[in-house]
Amino acid sequence: MAASISYDDVEVGTELPAQSFPVTRATLVRYAGASGDFNPIHWNEKFAREVGLPDVIAHGMFTMASAARVVTDWAGDPAAVVEYGVRFTKPVVVPNDDKGALIEVSAKVAVKLDDKRVRVDLVATSAGQKVLGMARAVVQLS
Amino acid sequence: MALDQSFVGRAYPPTAPYEVGREKIREFAEAIGDPNPAYVDPDAAKALGHPDVIAPPTFAFAITYKAAGIVIADPELGLDYSRVVHGDQKFAYTRPLRAGDRLTVSSTIESVKTLAGNDILDVRGEVHDETGAHVVTAWTKLVARALDADAGQGTEEGAQGAQDGGA
Repeated sequence: MAASISYDDVEVGTELPAQSFPVTRATLVRYAGASGDFNPIHWNEKFAREVGLPDVIAHGMFTMASAARVVTDWAGDPAAVVEYGVRFTKPVVVPNDDKGALIEVSAKVAVKLDDKRVRVDLVATSAGQKVLGMARAVVQLS
Repeated sequence: MALDQSFVGRAYPPTAPYEVGREKIREFAEAIGDPNPAYVDPDAAKALGHPDVIAPPTFAFAITYKAAGIVIADPELGLDYSRVVHGDQKFAYTRPLRAGDRLTVSSTIESVKTLAGNDILDVRGEVHDETGAHVVTAWTKLVARALDADAGQGTEEGAQGAQDGGA
């Protein structure tokens, strides 16, 4: 399974369309239910503060899923993502207001690999902080 | 408490099969706000060459992390579960997860380290379908934060992963 993007059409430095993902408390409640991760630091600010956090934070795996969309939307077929890894470096703090937080994701082709694969490096920030480190996906192009 | 190095390489038996449901995939895709039709529309998935709807790439974590619970809760390992946070996450796919899959996870401890009082555990989860074919491998780095990490510097980074340490 491969992407609709042709390997020959990309170069090192080719940018993928950047996207922004809003996150509110409601987003986190819904993600908790769907993923089965009910850690109270994602919905209970009293608990979050007790463990030293500034406020409720987003699930790291939610951030990882959001960042993946920049790659899967570009590739067309999500199955074109053959490897995907991140480091969780900073929390996405989600205040209890109408706006919540914003995860901003950009990505570009970093390396052209063999077999029509490319390595895409991603940058994800929220409130000006990098929230993912070493965020990389290997994508099978056509 | 430093973890016992002899646990490196320890393999845990495969989990009972997890059956991937179409509606569970839909629920997950909606929760991450992803409208990709390959996750909800069997015809759209088939047009891409998949036999049924596929799951978003990170869906696998819900299954592998549950399996890693065996490791985390292993009393012989002695990891302080209440302090566990998520450090890194990586996946390598042979194919996407899809509706109808019956998947087992075999977890192995790849590495055990103690750095600055933090216990760091790397767990690999190999996911296979019911034919025994490989689907995805997930690598999860878990960090049990040092006892004095509750206050001051580093707490944010440490506790940030705590998100995935609980449930």
